Amino acid sequence: MSHMDKIDESGGQMESRADERSSYLRGGIASVVLTVIAVLAVVSDVLPDWAAWTTIAVAGILQAVAQLHWFLHIRLHGQAWEDLQLIFFTILILVLMVGGTIWVMGDLTARMM
Amino acid sequence: MSQARHPGLKLGHEHDPGSGEVEALVFGFWIFMMSDLLIFGCVFATYVVMLPQVADGPSAAELFHLRGPLIETTLLLASSVTIGFALLETKHRADKRRTTLWLAVTFLLGAGFLFSSTHSLLGHLENGAGPSRSAFLSAYWLLVPLHALHVAIGCLWIAVAAAQVRIRGFDWVTTGGLLRLSIYWHFLDIVWIGILSVVYLGAMI
Repeated sequence: MSHMDKIDESGGQMESRADERSSYLRGGIASVVLTVIAVLAVVSDVLPDWAAWTTIAVAGILQAVAQLHWFLHIRLHGQAWEDLQLIFFTILILVLMVGGTIWVMGDLTARMM
Repeated sequence: MSQARHPGLKLGHEHDPGSGEVEALVFGFWIFMMSDLLIFGCVFATYVVMLPQVADGPSAAELFHLRGPLIETTLLLASSVTIGFALLETKHRADKRRTTLWLAVTFLLGAGFLFSSTHSLLGHLENGAGPSRSAFLSAYWLLVPLHALHVAIGCLWIAVAAAQVRIRGFDWVTTGGLLRLSIYWHFLDIVWIGILSVVYLGAMI
């Protein structure tokens, strides 16, 4: 079991300081770009509602993935796999609980109208 | 159980626990972080369900403006990068001065976030949009201040971690603590993406 890798390396090898520094900068730039895309989708007012919602959702999910990748150094291979399993399981529970709650309560609200 | 070596972290004092034990502590912290994420998930679900229940009070579209949240987004994102830089100085140089300097920058960015967040919350309160106004506002006042509370605790933790580094230097307690602190801080930023998207951008549509 090896868990420092999320910070240290992906697959057992230490990244150089410059590599890690650029990893944080890349994550920062990707986050800025995705935030700007999401804000423009809403503020520009040219997209229909469903397209604006989709853009926000996709940009938000991509940004979360970008930060897990570049800030927390979670990778698909190497030692971060156990952490990734934990994250996938949490996402499964989140989808069930959040999705289920919104579905059931939304349906209830619609029937009460 | 193999490959339990961390060349960057100076964990090797003879009376210190092995790096495997430190890894177990970090993995345990990941489990805590994931359960914290589940709490936020439930509060998000509550917010979305309560969104239409405004009880003739102000709705999300009437109440929220993008300026404050975008300032807060910038501050928190910048702080996520600077805490990464603090960790770099710890790992690659074991440089006390630079580590505490980047931690101080992160602390100030976090404090700026809290200032901006408190300012807009107080503004809502003055406009009669307190937590007791409607179910929607109760859910809002649960979600956003809960995140701000996490940031406040994170700021306190940064101050403690910086003091520990100054006093103790880099041993397994302080480096392991910095590692957990950075995981905590990065997750606050990820939760904030959700708040910006669902609460503030969602209100503009």
